[in-house]
Order: sequence, then structure tokens, then C-alpha cells
Amino acid sequence: MSALTHIAWFEEIGLDDRAQVGGKGGSLGELTRAGISVPPGYVLRTVGFERFLSALEREAPVRAAVSALAHDDLDAITVCSRALRARIEAGALPREVLAELAAAHERLVGADSGLPLAVRSSATCEDAADASFAGLQDTYLWVRGPEEMVRRVRSCWASLYSVESISYRLKHRFPEAQVAMAVVVQVMVDAVTAGVMFTRSPTTGDRSVVTIEGAWGVGSAVVGGEVTPDRWVLGKVTGEISVRDISDKQIQHVAAAAGGVESVAVSDERRRVPCLSDEELQRLRELARRIERHYGRAQDIEWAIDRASGAIQLLQSRPETVWSTKDAAPLATPQQDPLLHVLSIFGKNQCR
Amino acid sequence: MTTESAAFPAPSSLKVVPGTEAAQAAYPYYMQFTAADDERFWFYNSMHFPEPMSAFDMVTAEAAYCALGSSTTRVHCIPTTLGIDYRIINGRVYIGGNAVTDPAEIARRTGEFQQRAFYYYANWERLYAQWREKMLVLIREAQAFPKLELPEFEPLANVHAGRGIAANHNLLEIYQKTLEGYFRMWHHHFEFLLLGYGAYMTFFAFCKKAFPEISDQTIARMVAGIDAEIFRPDEEVRRLARRAVELGVDAEFQEGRTPQSIMAALESRGEAGRRWLEELATSRDPWFNINVGDGFYHYHRSWNDDLSMPFAGLPGYIARFKAGESLERPIEALRSQRRQLIQEYRELLGSDEERQAYDQMIGLAHRVFPYVEGHKFYCEHWYTNLFFNKVREFGALLAQHRFFAHEEDVFQLTHFELEAAIIDLMTSWSNGSPPRGPEHWPQIVAARRAAIAEWAKHSTPPALGPVPEVIDDPAIVMLWGITRESLDRWLRAGTDAASRELRGFAASSGVAEGPACVVRSVEEIGRVRAGDILVCQITNPTWAPIFQKIAGAVSDIGGSMSHAAIVAREFGLPAVVGTGTATSRIRDGQRIRVDGGRGVVTLLS
Repeated sequence: MSALTHIAWFEEIGLDDRAQVGGKGGSLGELTRAGISVPPGYVLRTVGFERFLSALEREAPVRAAVSALAHDDLDAITVCSRALRARIEAGALPREVLAELAAAHERLVGADSGLPLAVRSSATCEDAADASFAGLQDTYLWVRGPEEMVRRVRSCWASLYSVESISYRLKHRFPEAQVAMAVVVQVMVDAVTAGVMFTRSPTTGDRSVVTIEGAWGVGSAVVGGEVTPDRWVLGKVTGEISVRDISDKQIQHVAAAAGGVESVAVSDERRRVPCLSDEELQRLRELARRIERHYGRAQDIEWAIDRASGAIQLLQSRPETVWSTKDAAPLATPQQDPLLHVLSIFGKNQCR
Repeated sequence: MTTESAAFPAPSSLKVVPGTEAAQAAYPYYMQFTAADDERFWFYNSMHFPEPMSAFDMVTAEAAYCALGSSTTRVHCIPTTLGIDYRIINGRVYIGGNAVTDPAEIARRTGEFQQRAFYYYANWERLYAQWREKMLVLIREAQAFPKLELPEFEPLANVHAGRGIAANHNLLEIYQKTLEGYFRMWHHHFEFLLLGYGAYMTFFAFCKKAFPEISDQTIARMVAGIDAEIFRPDEEVRRLARRAVELGVDAEFQEGRTPQSIMAALESRGEAGRRWLEELATSRDPWFNINVGDGFYHYHRSWNDDLSMPFAGLPGYIARFKAGESLERPIEALRSQRRQLIQEYRELLGSDEERQAYDQMIGLAHRVFPYVEGHKFYCEHWYTNLFFNKVREFGALLAQHRFFAHEEDVFQLTHFELEAAIIDLMTSWSNGSPPRGPEHWPQIVAARRAAIAEWAKHSTPPALGPVPEVIDDPAIVMLWGITRESLDRWLRAGTDAASRELRGFAASSGVAEGPACVVRSVEEIGRVRAGDILVCQITNPTWAPIFQKIAGAVSDIGGSMSHAAIVAREFGLPAVVGTGTATSRIRDGQRIRVDGGRGVVTLLS
């Protein structure tokens, strides 16, 4: 990846580039390079954001305005957020950035100029490469055409100054100067089913199971908590399906005519039908294992199944953080005499 | 759920079914409940004794608990448990553990345990090889017991040889040796058993801690042996199927035809038929010495005594072989699958320390588990068949002398009473007077048969007495799989009766739907059709030959490490075992769904 360019294709980047491409961009690059199926795309690196921001800063302070806020002064944060977002939405992009975006766009969509895209925020903080900022910034789906794409890039940047985002950074004392926003632009997956999966049980921390949650349509309904997803638990090694909770999936997110997604009712006959077949569950499990092995640690993964091809597409993978921080003493230690282990059964009154 | 609100009925509140008092009184005094027993917790041993026990069959409980307790209490000195107490009411066997809870006593017993059990673990292979020899000697001795004969006059040869002991004494000697051998066999049975299970449970408990959502059957698959004796009888059936095709006599094996008619047809088919029958003979000794139950009832006959079971499997295997399928078990592939399973779970552990501990625990489990799998063939099957058949011979002799109508009636006498009847007959032979038995036994036998039939109509509580806070006896947990959770389930069971679901142990993954074929005895095995879901009291490895044609299996009794579960997994057959009530709640022909991964049976129609 050349330092001079504002664009980086997924194939060119990995986790080590998170400072320039954000957590999401780094993860998508890493997965792409690992040979895992990710919808093709590129990242508008943080350097693009920095150039844009410098122009804005010359007119009036941006970062300093945020740093000056108190984390619990919601009124002031709201006023500041509204002003900054308006300025960003209205600001012109630097010419080089615009030109590179246009070229990248053409390369991505090829002949299909109306190909729908997803434009996704990928924030970063130099000192906290692992900071996920998950769910704090915006994602735009079914974006069509270069103008709309550029508009949504600006919206992503602007979302870095949403009330929630600012509050979060202030509360966690992230140095504002180091916080930047890359933007992921990739081919939109028209998902028949989408959801998340965990390579470590969210409920018990078990490393030997994969928990899969999914619902009809685009994953935003699952991630946003608008639908109770179906839930399965699979043995990671064995593929045994020990839990099958099929829920009443009342709504799904689908493409809206005007771009973006809309929430529509699921037909009565599909509401209580499992949104994944056993064969798809097994493919997801294998993918989860591959990704976990690649990273060497437990992962939370977003996935989608393409309506036309039935292929699984990976949309995000980030390290599991809840249980990994709880692991403390080993559950058993090697004994000088291996026979001493049996006293755990025969020697205590704790057999339940 | 608190202990106060949740208690099982007290033993004293459990009444003998009216009209069966005399039959109840036949069981020895030390098996009868007394007032003091109300203070203790008891549970119904439906796993081993799912049906009312006849007076004679209680010898199995006596011999087994004598031997089990000796091993845990005094031979290996398991720190936290003594032996098992047992009682019988309405033909149902209740048992209670004797946990050791005083820390000083546990410490003292731990010292003893380490000198004894650890010695066994450390010298396992040698002691186990020695065990096999002992068992084979015991079996040969039992096989060599002479036939029972009461000739009119003592054979001249004995007189001239100055033997000085008359033929009637032989009866007593053979009977006492038969009984003694059975008690001895049970000591052999428990020589290694608890230690074997303990090593398995150690690994099991660790896996459950490390992988809270791991299924019991996955752990079982990591430990279970690949070439254990339990697979052998079914392998022999497969071999016989292959040989039938190779010898060109396979057309004789038609579904629904009796073994007798098939064998008669083969006799008349010349050389090929005779050669197949020779093959059958080599399979029968010893591998068809396996009985169709768990070896605890005199009427669970062996394959050798009733060939319906192995013959029921032949048509299916023959069809598969002719379709080009290999009937050999893929031993190497199964071994490498097991290795891979162990390796992949190992990789998932959190640290190298845990991995080393895991290696130690699975290493020990692999070392000792062949005993747990192998002993049953020798003890509960082979030896037990010899024992019951010898007692049956006494039954035939006594029936011949009009003590009762049929040889099987002998099992309505306790083993003490049987000895008395034998002495009665010996006396009669010696003094020339008619025996007293023919006036005495027929009405007693009839009353006891009626009592058993009556008891079978009444269900019995799964447990009695106060509910313990924890089940702190490792023997109970290990051998019966009883935990606080199972007690809570039993306490709730009354309220679940209307539910369309039955729960049991998830024995073998997969989901199957089909018509239930409720089979109460092996005579009904011919009714089982391809695609049926077999519903029976105990599925055990002897049922393997029909596993190939059924869609799933459900049993009243058994745990996830039961042999039925092991065999079902190998057949890839969805199975739920230990439901407690399947044969009573599921109607023959009813459509059911078996979810062997969750341990749930759903009634669909």
C-alpha cells in the first residue's frame, strides 16, 4: 500500500494496518487475504479523513471543540454534534480524494454502474488499535452510483461526531487527536439470511461450541436487535447441533426502493421456519473455525448468505472480549503422579 | 427447590400390594424395609432391575452388592463411599449409598486407597490379563459342572471304586458350587469396575468444566474403545452374512423365517449348507453367549439359547453385502477419527498446563476403559447364562419330580428355598418316601407368579425418603448417573405426565421420525420393520443386528456410556436412552420423533 494513496483495496491490507484503515477495514482485509469470502471492496484510509478535516479545521476548530466538552454535559455535546455533523455533510472533499474515490468506484462496479454498495464506518484510535467502537458509527446499505457513495462517505465521517460517539470517546478519554475515520466501500450482499456467530459461547464461555444467530434478510435487523433471531449451538469439533431455538421472526430488512434498507413484515409461512439449513450451519461452523484458527483467538463474526448464489459472505470479525478477559487459573494442572487426578472423583464429597 | 418442599414418599408409606403379602415375605429378612429406613434416601434401581424381581433373581442383587461393597469399602477403600444397601418391595429393588463424610475418615481412607487402587492403576495391564485368566477358569469350571442325575441305583463303578458318596450328594455339591461360582463371579466383576469408571469420570468431569456445553456422548466417543468385545457378536453376524453369500446359500435367509427352518433347509443343501452351519458353530462359541438383556433376569436368554436375534440381522446384512457394501467395521478409520477428536478438543483448551493435565487424564481413561467395556461379556453375559441355565437344569429335575409344573418355575424360589427343595429331593431319593415338595411348592409358585404379574401393573416411586442436598456418593453418581438434577426431574415428573415429550440421555445424535415398534421381549423382534423406531426397555449390544434396519432407538433404561449408546453411535443411529417410561407411554405404531442430540422423544400422533 503506497503512503501517497488514499485508497487501499482489501487485498492490500491486514490487521497491522488498522491505524490507517480502521478496525473493520483491517479485519475485512485480513479475511480477504486469508482466502475467506468477503464482498470485494476498498477502504478510504484515514489519511483522506485527515485531509478533509484539516480543511475544516482551518475554518473553525473541530477536534478542539470536542476535547473541550465535559463527558456528562449532554446538552453541550448535542449542540456541538449537530454543528460538526452539518459542517462535515456540507464540506467539499479534497480533489485528489474525490478523484481516487471515483477511480476506485469504477474499478469496483465495472460495467454495472448501478451495483449496490455498502458504505461502512471504520473508526480507529492510534493508541487503542483494539478499540472496536462497535455500533457507534453509521453504515449505509444499498448505496448506488458515485455521487451517492461520496455523500455516504461524508455521512460516515460525520457519524464520528454523533452524540453517542462523542460521549463514548470523552467517557473513555480517547485522545481526540488520534481518533480518525476510515470508510469501507464494498459490494452489497443481498442477503437472504444474515446474522452473527460466536466462536466462544456468549453464555458459558465454552470454546468447544459455535453459537450461530440469524434471521431473514440483511443482518442489520439482527445486529440492531429488531428481530429475535433463530439460534443454534454447534459442537465446534463435532458439528453436533445441541440447540435449535427457532424464533418467530416477524420482520426483515430488505432493500428499499429509494436506497438503504426498510423493515418489512415476514410472510406468515416463513416466520417460524428456520432461516438456515443444517448444511448452511455446518458451512458456517467450518468458516468460524477457520477464522478463529487464523486469528489464534475467539472471534465474534458477522455473516450473510447471498440470495442469488447461496454463498456465505463474511462482513466482519472481531476478537471476543468478554470471556477472554475472565480466563484465570487453569482448570487442572499436570500432576507428578497422573493417578492423583482420580482423587478429584474419589476423594471429595463433591460429585454432583 | 428446597429439601422441605421436595421429599419422596417414606419407605414406610409404600405398602405391599394387597394380596401379595406372602410373595413379599418370601424375600429374606435383610431385604425388607424397616422403620429405621425412613431416615435414609433410597432410589429405585430401574437401571438394572426394571421389572419386578422373582424370588430367585434377587440372587443377582445379593451377589452384586456384596461384591460391589467389598471393593469400595474394604478392598480399594474408596475414600468417600462405602457400599450399597438394598431393599425390595413389590418386587422392586431400592438401593441407598453409604457416603463417608467425616474429613478425618476420608483422609484415613485416602491413605489406604492410594496403596490399593493406585497399585491397581499402576499395574493395570498385568492385573487385567490375570483377570481374564481367572474369568476363563471360572467359566470352564461352570461349564464342567456335571449333568444332574438321580439314577435308581448308584452306578456300580462308583461302588467298586469305593467313592463312598452317593449320587444325591452330587446335587447339593453342584448346586452349592453353582451358587458359589456366581457370587465369586461378581467379585471378579467389581475387581476393576469402580476404578475404571473413576478414571473415566475424572476425564469426564474435567471436560465438563473445560467445555461446559460438550455433550456426554462426545466425551464418551473420546474414551470408548474401538475393538471392544461388545462389538464382536454383531461382527460375527456380519461375517455369517458374508459367508452365506460367498457359499451361495443366502437365498435361505428370508425375513420372518425361523432360525430352525433356515437351519433345517441348510442341512439339506449339501456341502455349502453344512459349511455355513460350521461357521455358525464357531461364532456361537463363545460370541453368542450374549444375552438379550443386561444379564439380570433369568428370562433374558442368550443368543445361543434363542437364535432369533442374530438371525433377525442376517437378511439385512446379506442385502447390504450383495449391494457391494463392506460389512467390516472400518477399525483404522474409527481409530483415527477418535484420535482426531481428542486432538481437536485438546487444541481448544486454554493453556498448555491444561493440555498436559488433559493428556494425563485421557491417558489413564484409555488404559483402564477396556475393562469397563470388556467385563460385561464375560460376567453379565457368558457366566450369567451358564449360571441361570444350570439353575434351569435343577428346575427341570424338580419339575420331573413334580415339585412344580415347569422348569422355569424354579425361579420363583429363593436360592435358600431351592437348596431346601434339593435336600427334600435328596432325602426322598435316599429314604424311598415321596418328596414333600409336590404338595408344598405348586401353590406357592402360582401365588408368586400372580404377585409378579400384579406388581408389574403398579408403578413405583423413583425414590423414597428425604432428598439429599447433594449426591455425595461417587459410586451412585458413576454407576447410576444419579445427580441432584435427576432427582429434581423425578420430583417434577408427576406434573409432566400430560406432556408430548419424553426426556432421557442423549445417546447418539441425529433426528429420526417414524412409527414406534414397542418391543417388550425378544420374541417380538421379528415384528421390527425397516424404518421403525425401536422402543424397548433396554437396548443393548445384543440388539445390534437389527440396528441396521431401524431409524432410531428409544429405551427406558441406560446412560450415555451404556453399551447401547456406544453401538448406536457407531451405527449413526439416533438414540435416546434412559427415558424411564418410553415403553409404557408410547403406543405401538404411534409416530414419534427421536432427537438423539438433545435426548428428547416427541409423540407426534
